[in-house]
Amino acid sequence: MAEDRYQHHDYYLIDELLTDEHKLIRDTARAWVKKEVSPIIEDYAQRAQFPRHLLQGLGEIGAFGPYIPQEYGGPGLDQISYGILMQELERCDSGLRSTASVQSSLVMFPIFSYATEAQKQKWLPRLATGELLGCFGLTEPDHGSDPSSMVTNFKDAGDHVILNGAKMWISNAPYADIAVVWAKDEQGVIRGMVVERGMEGFTTPETHGKWSLRASATGELVFDNVKVPKSNLFPDIRGLKGPLSCLNSARYGIAWGALGAALDCYDTALRYSKERIQFGRPIGGFQLQQKKLAEMITEITKAQLLVWRLGVLKNEHRATPQQISMAKRNNVEIALRTAREARQMLGGMGITGEYPIMRHMMNLESVVTYEGTHDIHLLITGMDVTGFNAFI
Amino acid sequence: MKILVPISVVPDTTSKIAFTDGDTKFNEDGIQWIVNPYDEWYALVRALEITEKDGGTVTVISVGDATAEPVIRKALALGATDAVRVDTKPTESYVVAKELANYAKDKGFDLILLGKETISYNGSEVGGMMAEFLGFPFISLASKLDANGGVATLDRSTETGTEVVEVKLPAVISAAKGMAEQRIPNMRGIMAARTKPLTVVPASGVQGKTSTVKFGLPAAKSSLKLVDPENMDELVRLLHEEAKSI
Repeated sequence: MAEDRYQHHDYYLIDELLTDEHKLIRDTARAWVKKEVSPIIEDYAQRAQFPRHLLQGLGEIGAFGPYIPQEYGGPGLDQISYGILMQELERCDSGLRSTASVQSSLVMFPIFSYATEAQKQKWLPRLATGELLGCFGLTEPDHGSDPSSMVTNFKDAGDHVILNGAKMWISNAPYADIAVVWAKDEQGVIRGMVVERGMEGFTTPETHGKWSLRASATGELVFDNVKVPKSNLFPDIRGLKGPLSCLNSARYGIAWGALGAALDCYDTALRYSKERIQFGRPIGGFQLQQKKLAEMITEITKAQLLVWRLGVLKNEHRATPQQISMAKRNNVEIALRTAREARQMLGGMGITGEYPIMRHMMNLESVVTYEGTHDIHLLITGMDVTGFNAFI
Repeated sequence: MKILVPISVVPDTTSKIAFTDGDTKFNEDGIQWIVNPYDEWYALVRALEITEKDGGTVTVISVGDATAEPVIRKALALGATDAVRVDTKPTESYVVAKELANYAKDKGFDLILLGKETISYNGSEVGGMMAEFLGFPFISLASKLDANGGVATLDRSTETGTEVVEVKLPAVISAAKGMAEQRIPNMRGIMAARTKPLTVVPASGVQGKTSTVKFGLPAAKSSLKLVDPENMDELVRLLHEEAKSI
């Protein structure tokens, strides 16, 4: 890939709404990404390899559990810092951001929120540094948008439980040291537990042949009579509320992350439009190209304001799941549109690995589907404003 | 070892440069400020390396108003022990050097290490002036530096070769490319910077001796000329007569 010349775009001076520390965190994450990730990401994506060596660096910039308190090894930052970090990671690659999102919101968040003190001390500090990698098992082969119908289950067996079932489309699975797994007990109540690599009967086969998130490892979690000690179960949380609260946190990060991908596509297209000469002048001087760029920056600016406001609400514990759905849906949508328009502006160059756009575009096809599909989020908003349930 | 690293706050390298007030003032609207890269990447990082190995403290100091503080915090996030801001606008090298020297004179620093120049005004003046005010030796353009036992050994790289210099401390040394490798702060550093002391000291009221009559931008780059690869004579003629580079 060509040199990473990304510059931030802030049309409405939204930086003035951030603290100096937010900006320092952003500059740090961007500098790290430009130094450590941008030079290698295209190669890893092309080869469909997971750049596992980056885990320690991700820990050092605070990308694993940014809002986890310092007593558990996290940096104890606010929600806007978390969003900014996700934006900077996905500005480079959605797969990189996915690795951090899963670790933060789907593994560290439930352990922090629902685990015992001993469980927190056992796992959180090592997850924060990247020494341990985690994954999250909710989706099943036959149960995606409808997780309450899951069939993965466990039976009481004295000091442990016997877990059976399978989870699918699990980011980080092939390399994960631990998995936060949601399964039904003998009464059909959903419970959460931590399954550790090495437990007999637990395997994580990799999903091959993806055209999207190629630099992120995806796999299955297969449980064949796995003995999980009862000390690995979350003690009190019951029902879908547990996993859905994790998704809320992750979706919030995705809303910021997708914005990062949009910013990178816009930045690339804008620079290209000033340098690419056709008919004797830069293509940025032609009306049809300006229309694309003007619409991109308009949508990006709206999306920036959306996530900033959502971050403030989240800091105040006032953000509703429905508001988070709106931001996730909107920002992924505008990122995809930006990627497609930017791809066209670069002509043939847009499909090559010289530029990041096609990779972003393919990545975003996953992002628009995972963590609640585009359509499901629309129905969440629909139900919220009308009061009518259109899911079933 | 007790090291002082003066840092300048300069516009980010991607800034659009413009002037106001009849071209006598730099237009600061919309400018992102950063630590002068020569101060940060080489002087500060090398100072940190020396104290990490042998113990000691690194104090960063900047002459500037309160808007400089976010940038100074970055130096703390990188690992400096504490920071000082001399509360006045850095109007010219003389004022900056004298204010820095006035602060440093009775603090017992073993080494004052700063970048060879700023990327804003490129004066390369502050180090030399400061050394003079303090009565310290000044060695410029060091690309390698070791310091222990009250002596610093350094390489000075010039266009024609390398000179190895030894100097008794205290001394003022200016750092050039090669002295260290850029560091990126980690989250632990950013968190630690929240509570590290950043002391604001009043300026001693040094008056400047110069004023800017006018700033100007460099002449716009002339348009590209393509020369046929077969026509080397024409290329040589253009380089000689128009570019005046040979």
